[in-house]
Parts: sequence; C-alpha cells; structure tokens
Amino acid sequence: MATTQQSRSFQLHGRTFLAFVLKPEMPIGKWIAEADGWLARSPGFFDGKPVVLDVSGLLLTKAKAATLVEDLAARGIRVMGMLGADPALSDATLPPLLVSERTESDLSRDKAKTQTPWRAPALPGSRLIDSHVRSGQTLFHDGDLTIIGSVSSGAEVVATGSIHIYGALRGRVMAGADGNPGAHIFCRRMAAELVAIDGYYRMADEIAASLIEKPVHAWLEDGDLNIKALD
Amino acid sequence: MAQVVVVTSGKGGVGKTTTTAALGAAIAQGGQRVAVVDFDVGLRNLDLVMGAERRVVYDFIYVAQGTVRLHQALIRDKRLETLFLLAASQTRDKDALTDEGVEKVIGELRESFDWIICDSPAGIERGATLAMRHADIAVVVTNPEVSSVRDSDRIIGLLDAKTEKARRGERMDKHLLLTRYDPVRAGRGDMLKVDDVIDILSLPLLGIVPESEEVLRASNLGAPVTLNNPRSAAARAYADAAQRLMGVPVPIEVPNDRSGIFGKLFGRRAA
Repeated sequence: MATTQQSRSFQLHGRTFLAFVLKPEMPIGKWIAEADGWLARSPGFFDGKPVVLDVSGLLLTKAKAATLVEDLAARGIRVMGMLGADPALSDATLPPLLVSERTESDLSRDKAKTQTPWRAPALPGSRLIDSHVRSGQTLFHDGDLTIIGSVSSGAEVVATGSIHIYGALRGRVMAGADGNPGAHIFCRRMAAELVAIDGYYRMADEIAASLIEKPVHAWLEDGDLNIKALD
Repeated sequence: MAQVVVVTSGKGGVGKTTTTAALGAAIAQGGQRVAVVDFDVGLRNLDLVMGAERRVVYDFIYVAQGTVRLHQALIRDKRLETLFLLAASQTRDKDALTDEGVEKVIGELRESFDWIICDSPAGIERGATLAMRHADIAVVVTNPEVSSVRDSDRIIGLLDAKTEKARRGERMDKHLLLTRYDPVRAGRGDMLKVDDVIDILSLPLLGIVPESEEVLRASNLGAPVTLNNPRSAAARAYADAAQRLMGVPVPIEVPNDRSGIFGKLFGRRAA
C-alpha cells in the first residue's frame, strides 16, 4: 500500500488553461496611466484572475520588466507569466517565460510567408443552456454557446466561439475568448456590463444608448468591435 | 408528504424572519402541522418574532448534536397548537452547524410535520447554503430595489446549484415574494416596478407585501403579523401568499397608493 502511494505521489500533467493576456505598449508610463483609467471604471476586474503579460516587441530590460510587474501587482494584477519576452529575461525574480503558438510577431511572419488567414481551431461543438445565468455565476464553454434564458447583472459568460443569448443580456459576455476574431455575439435585449470579442471589449458606458434594450449583433472588423441593432 | 420551505434572500433586513413567522402561522391556522426553524445561528431572531424568546431551553444545535430529542427542543406556539418553533443557538456560531446535523434534524422534522419552514440567515455563506440544502421549495424574499434584486438573483443561482434537489438533477421550486412594497414611493417612481423585478428574476410571484407599520408592531409584540392583526394589508398579503404556496390559486393584488387599502385588483402574469 505504502509503495503504491509513493509511486503516485509525484504526478506531472500538461494542461491548458485560459488566462487574460495584457499587452502593454510603449511608452509604458502612458500605458499604465491608461490602465489606471480603465481600472477606475472596472474596479476589481482582475481580482484573482490569471494574467499573462505579452511583452513582444517591447525590448524590456530586466529592471524595466521587474518595475512593470511590480506596478501591475500594486494595482491588483498578478502576472503569472510573460509572453514573447527575450530569453535574457529568464530570471527567478520575474514571472516565467511562456511560449505561445501564436504571438503577434509569429503571426506577421506567417502572414508574410503564406497569406492564408488564421482560422479558428475546430470547435468541439456547441452547447445549449436552457436556463438563466444568475448573478455570480460564470459559464465557460469551449465552442459556441447558446443561452435561452437571460444573463443577469454580475454573471459572466465566456466562450471560445460565438455566443447567442435569447433573453436579456445584463452581465458580461466574452466571445472568441482564446483568440478567435471571427466570433460573434447576438442577444435579444442588450443591457450588458461588458461585451468582448477576442479581447476587444466595450463597457456599458461605451455602448450607444440607442442600442440599450434592443436586439443586437456584435462582431469584430479590422480590430474594431461593432455593435449594431438587429432588425 | 412533508414540504421543506426555505425563506431566503441573500440580503439582510428584507423580511425573511417576518415572512417565515407570517407564512408559518397562516399555514398552521388551516390546521396543518408547521415547524418554523431558525437557521441564523448566533443571530437568532425568529424566537422574538414568534414571542417565544423566554421559552427557549434547547435549540437546533442540541438536536443536531444528539444531546436532546427533537420534541424536547420544539416550542409549541401559545396561540396555534399546530405551530412549533425550533430556535437557533444564540451562543454558538455558524460553524456549529454541520451537514450531517442539518440532515438529521430536517429528516426528523419531515416525519412529524406537514410543513417545515426554514428561516435562512443573510449572506451566501455556510449558514445560508445549509438552510437551503434540503429544501423542496424556496421563497425568495426581495425588496423592490436594485441591491436586493441582485442579491436575490445570486441566491437563485445557489438554489439551482447547492441544494440536494439540484444535486439530484431536479429543479428547485422557487417563488418570489416582494416585501416592503411602498405604494407611495412606487407611485412616484422611486422604487423598482413589480414587473421589472419579475422580469429580472424570472420567478413566479408568490405575493406582494406592502411596507406596513403593522409588521413592526407585530414584531415588537412577538406575534406573527398574520395573527396579530389579520385584517391589516400586510397580514392579508401573507395569508394569500400562504394559500398560493399550498397550491390554492388566489389572484395577486398590487397595493395601491391609498395607504393601507387595497385598490384595484387584477390577475398578474407570473413569469
């Protein structure tokens, strides 16, 4: 008995998780100021959430990277890893360097090479929710998500594909969550706290008043999040 | 078959304890055996509203831990002989409640009562989830204002996730009870409209209880409002809600702005 326990005690798995990717821009000081403005409008947005820092193209020194991580920590943003960083930044005091299959620099290289647009990975399927998503609930689905009920204020719905909501949308909704700019969001009554596709987001205050309580369609076009009334 | 009802809200001060006492008394008046159970360990109030605070010898925790038998801890109401109270402990905290203890007490209550009405503590922590755990029916008490509505929405999510019924894959039978409805403020548009609350929470409406001096007076006298002044607007609203809970269809009346008097009544769509 003891021996089997011993052999089981050290297990190593590779697993995939979702994390928010923050991409700072030069000059860092200005970017931090913008982040402050955003955080003031959405306090606590990053609380307890894993965040990855995409520093590709920033040419950070070790000291600057450390300051950036500290500045973010002071704002309650915990950086669990850095993406697209110079291998020289590999240091026990900094978050570990992550390798992504798709950093921006890789993408542009791929584009130059082949010209075929990036395609969403095959989705395992769609999921149907036939109830309401209540305040405090988080729903994640790898694929397309259809919700027959409403999404309450304080609820969060995340999908890697498109999201269809046949009730009122009063909470947060994030489609194309693992980097799928082709994802769409549809809802029958728009009163969302946040709408995001592939990381491009719009807060409630930034959604035109003429769209509130209307059936709408949201999609990405050239990095612009469009929200239009469906009629 | 005994029915276990949890009276819950998330937010404090919306009228859970008043509702528990009023519904319990109204159902017991029809001759059914009712136990009202206080789950607010450490902050018990139901004994005061029931006027039994001087008669509490043993409480829920004693029964849960097997120190005394259930019938030793049950306090029979002085006005209604089919109404009983199981008080919460005032000296312990919520950690004294265990899953097994609650299951044991609810199981024993099911054997000797028709209705078991559980007064949930506020919040979404252990006390509240234990109070709803074994319920068959939930009465979600909500005031017509945004913070109460959001907290109720949160509680509804928990009712669909953290109860035994949900675990068995069944759907919890949930009802919305709007309390502290102020017809004057509603007339001025200072309060959420009844239809808006129903729209957000998407629950069938069990009743609308007007804000009333009678509720406060009854609490201070230690009597459920349905017994203290049965003709008051609040008491009648609770009596009707109790009827609906027992499956009797009674049209819902919206209190109007002539204070205390019910005006036009109309059947309301239950979402």
